[in-house]
Amino acid sequence: MAAAFGYLPALGGESFGLFAWRRLIAEPGLMATLALTLRVGFAATGFSLALAFGLIATVVTRRGRLDLLAAPLIASPHSAIAVGLAFLIAPSGWIVRLLSPWATGWSAPPDAAIVGDPLGLSLTLGLAVKETPFLVAVGLAALRQFPATAQMQAARSLGYAPATAFALVVAPQLYRRIRLPVFAVLAYSLSVVDMALVLAPSHPAPLSLLALRWLISPQLDDVFPGEAAAVLQLALVVAAFALWRLGEGVARARIAARARAGERRGWLRLAPPALSGLGAALIALGFAALLGLVVWAFAWRWPFPAALPESWSLDLAWRQTSQLREPLGTTLALALTTSAASLALAIVWLESEDRLGRRATADVIVLPLLAPQIAFLFGTQTLFASARLDGSFAAVAWAQGLFVFPYVWLALADPWRALDPRFARAAAALGASPLRRLLGVKLPILTGPLALAFAIGVAVSVAQYLSTLFAGGGRVATLTTEALALAGGGDRRLSALLGLAQAAAPLAVYGAAFALPRIAFAHRRGLS
Amino acid sequence: MTALVVEDTRLAVAGRRLIDGLSFRVGASAVLTLMGPSGAGKSALLAFIAGHLDPAFTASGRVRLGGRDIAGLPAERRGVGLLFQDDLLFPHLSVGANVAFGLRGRSARRARVAEALAQAGLAGFEERDPATLSGGQRARVALMRSLVAQPQALLLDEPFGRLDVALRRDFRRFVFERAAGLPVVLVTHDPADAEAAGGAIIQLGPVA
Repeated sequence: MAAAFGYLPALGGESFGLFAWRRLIAEPGLMATLALTLRVGFAATGFSLALAFGLIATVVTRRGRLDLLAAPLIASPHSAIAVGLAFLIAPSGWIVRLLSPWATGWSAPPDAAIVGDPLGLSLTLGLAVKETPFLVAVGLAALRQFPATAQMQAARSLGYAPATAFALVVAPQLYRRIRLPVFAVLAYSLSVVDMALVLAPSHPAPLSLLALRWLISPQLDDVFPGEAAAVLQLALVVAAFALWRLGEGVARARIAARARAGERRGWLRLAPPALSGLGAALIALGFAALLGLVVWAFAWRWPFPAALPESWSLDLAWRQTSQLREPLGTTLALALTTSAASLALAIVWLESEDRLGRRATADVIVLPLLAPQIAFLFGTQTLFASARLDGSFAAVAWAQGLFVFPYVWLALADPWRALDPRFARAAAALGASPLRRLLGVKLPILTGPLALAFAIGVAVSVAQYLSTLFAGGGRVATLTTEALALAGGGDRRLSALLGLAQAAAPLAVYGAAFALPRIAFAHRRGLS
Repeated sequence: MTALVVEDTRLAVAGRRLIDGLSFRVGASAVLTLMGPSGAGKSALLAFIAGHLDPAFTASGRVRLGGRDIAGLPAERRGVGLLFQDDLLFPHLSVGANVAFGLRGRSARRARVAEALAQAGLAGFEERDPATLSGGQRARVALMRSLVAQPQALLLDEPFGRLDVALRRDFRRFVFERAAGLPVVLVTHDPADAEAAGGAIIQLGPVA
């Protein structure tokens, strides 16, 4: 971080100074860059939150398996969704093809910049496709922590429409419980790199891409403005957090005022159905994007307005397998190593909490989820480079672990703490040692949550881009780094194939995580 | 003769005194009943005796079982059996494996489990999933699981609370029959339980 102020001895910058900042400020279009970054960050977070609440409101009043539907989109890496979405909305993409020529009259793709539009709309859409299911999943989990259904019934018996009851009674309590994920989404949307490489405009680019360009530039002294941009990114996120908190206060006051006024059937009751409709459309778009990856990966001849390819081919996929094998192997090795290590660490952490009877603070763990990755990952590269560890498998695994561990820990902590402590006490009264209580009672009962936490770890690891890029010194190739290296290039089939492989790996592990406990405990109803 | 002796026990939580200098002795085959309003420290006292007291509590006092001072021992080495309001059968294990969980020694495990289940009127239930048993059956399995571990005392934390009136009477009789020979401490809200136990009653209340 000191490099932002000119100090980086390895590159001959040994004096502190502001020349890095002067170069950053002199960058043409910096104001437009900042405006774009903020617009995308707030819009994506706001939309995702509103749509997620709309969807959850529908589920509270009508039962559904929304969490199962959200899982594939959560498991798929951001960049894979971005590539698939680009195929959908591009001028020669699926949506235009389906409408052409009968509705549009086009027989050739229109000449319009839809992907990477200067307003950042496609980037916002991409983020919303990915973050809405995430917020739905954490929201549904949080819903189990308080008697939401009973409170809804109580409010409805007082004459409130279901949607109004949700907005006034359930939503505020739910929001308080998912604030951390919401802030993580905000930080992510403000500093997104992987999706931005596919969907963001390049001039002006979002701040994260500006920083990245400088940081990976072959011209060594570009590092200084790059670090300055990364520091600015951090400041931007902190400022956005403050602004979001102001917004929270306003929203809370308005909801409280409405609740005091006893408004039972106001316009609020129309919001959840409308939002859940939009949310459902967004989820459908996400699935269409995944499907698009499959179609494009195996398409052979596909002239423009045809909705489906004229001929299919496995040839390309076959020929690419030799090229894919190495990044695929590296990706899987990294994912399994980091997830297994994170899971073991999380178990040790939570078990120590139980034995000491104290809860350690979680703030430090979640810090990597709230800080913009680019702001501190480059620092780790410098650190690794000075220890001559950069580019090693261990360095990349460690850097990925910074992000894998918090998600694994968060996924495991709630079910772990919700486990009735009397199971372990009953086991102790039967003479079981602490280790036997852990291995023979707690872990087996928690098989489902453990498998899911591991799968989440795999998904997070496979999706890692910046951590792999920086800690790997550009020499460790995974599916994600390869896919993003191709972003913007012309080879759609190869991009689709990489995206498909990227999505397939975590999806398979997710599927296994759902299936494993059901198979292992097929004859134990108490566990399903 | 095994007796459970509690001496000069004090319990407090968050600066509030719950139990202040309580002493009692429960002989073999005797049942001591603890009664009192919620929050009076009944369950905390059982947890203190069994070695599971939440660190939020501060406690002092001696607990002796058959002449050993067990207050300093970890829960698994105290030889104190514990039954809760819920049966807490381990959901991932079969009925037989649940009972076998507390068995000591390697010999004749299968036969000892079969015998325990037969005593509970559940002969042949070894391979069953606990989730498929009725509430009364589960309660009996939980008791047998405690007893095959050969505890030297048995603590019952409202173990009849979840059962309906008829089942309650049967299970109560079953428990006192099976636990014969052990000192038993029973926590309950129901005067009928105390009467059926037929032993001394200690009324816990707010500390003056």
